[in-house]
Amino acid sequence: MQINLTKLPLQKNTDLRSWALVALAAGIWVVLYNIIKPFADWLAYGLLALPHGSHLGESLAFFFYDVPKLLLLLSGMIFVISLFQTFIDTQKVRRLVEKRGEGIGNVMAAVFGAITPFCSCSSVPLFIGFVQAGIPLGVTLSFLITSPLMNEVAFVLLIGLFGWKIAGLYLLSGVTIGVLSGLILGRMKLERHVEGFVYDVKPRANIDLNLEEKLTWAERISRSWGSTKEIVSKVFLYVIIGIAIGAFIHGYVPQDALTGIMGESAWWSVPASVLIGIPLYSNAAGVIPIVSALLDKGASLGTVLAFMMSVVGLSLPEVIILRRVLKPQLIAVFVGVIAAAIILTGYLFNLVM
Amino acid sequence: MLIIKILGSGCANCKRLEQIARKVVDEMSIEAEVTKVTEYPDIMAYGITSTPGLVINEKVMSFGRIPTPAEVTTWVADALQTV
Repeated sequence: MQINLTKLPLQKNTDLRSWALVALAAGIWVVLYNIIKPFADWLAYGLLALPHGSHLGESLAFFFYDVPKLLLLLSGMIFVISLFQTFIDTQKVRRLVEKRGEGIGNVMAAVFGAITPFCSCSSVPLFIGFVQAGIPLGVTLSFLITSPLMNEVAFVLLIGLFGWKIAGLYLLSGVTIGVLSGLILGRMKLERHVEGFVYDVKPRANIDLNLEEKLTWAERISRSWGSTKEIVSKVFLYVIIGIAIGAFIHGYVPQDALTGIMGESAWWSVPASVLIGIPLYSNAAGVIPIVSALLDKGASLGTVLAFMMSVVGLSLPEVIILRRVLKPQLIAVFVGVIAAAIILTGYLFNLVM
Repeated sequence: MLIIKILGSGCANCKRLEQIARKVVDEMSIEAEVTKVTEYPDIMAYGITSTPGLVINEKVMSFGRIPTPAEVTTWVADALQTV
């Protein structure tokens, strides 16, 4: 058989070389990050000669600044997060959670769900693994809930658009929702609503897992870079479209226009935004920039966060995938409890902020 | 002939991995069959904890991430040598 050997990667990067590349990239990143603001202003007000304070000028300056800023933040932070994730060994985590019962187990499962990169489709095997290991269903569900709810792209966009504090609140409330929902669902004796095969699946005796050798730093770095490219290329178009709409709102929608319908006084806005948010999914990356612009125009933080969480955490494609391991009753309860938890979080934020 | 299996329920990452596998097979111009394993009982039989998974001749090469085309190329070349 003829093999084309020229395509083989013969040269392997050393750790030192990889770190040098990372340092170089970080340097360029910092320089770029610091020049985009003056550059955006120059582009909008200088080159295009739009007057300060004009609708178009404000919108364009916002757009020219936010697009490179968010794309830089995304690539930089996703890289760091991915690097961190190369240290997470799912087998070890399973053993760790296995030893704990309810309570601590729920917290560990929820935190684990928050820091793993998995979308719900890739976490189903882990769910099955948890169930097989005899981990209580409620603990397993804590993982299954936070895993899609906490998403690294959403987290980074929140840092870029809302700041660290709100990104932190999002993380904290997501984990809390996972823990509480898992505890509640665990009490409801739902085991028989898990599809039967989940309990029966056995790994073949002779499987050969070629994993996970000790990774060198060079391998970790190149893997993280690979997944960064993968993730950023998948979301960047949504981000740009989202920012474009956000920029339009920023420049053209009058201040406080939304106070009446999305402000704290409109009690129904939290459940309404959750109901609207659940069917929206693929545009999670695009929704956050829009939502951040709404916040400037009088929408309240709790409403906005509730909307965002329901967009990111609950979605039709996810439910379809979960349906393969959970029976309809359990899915209904699952969606109901998470939606209720998100609504409560929304009210809580509206109350305290 | 190589049998390459993509383990995954059909989410975006699994499709991406399938694309990479097919591209590698094309570029190396070898005889290989790329198939998808989408049923969870079959996926779980390989003992993986997250998808997508890549199996070459019944050996799990990676799971829970999308390997680079270069990695897949190396694995395929290795597998060819052991056949």
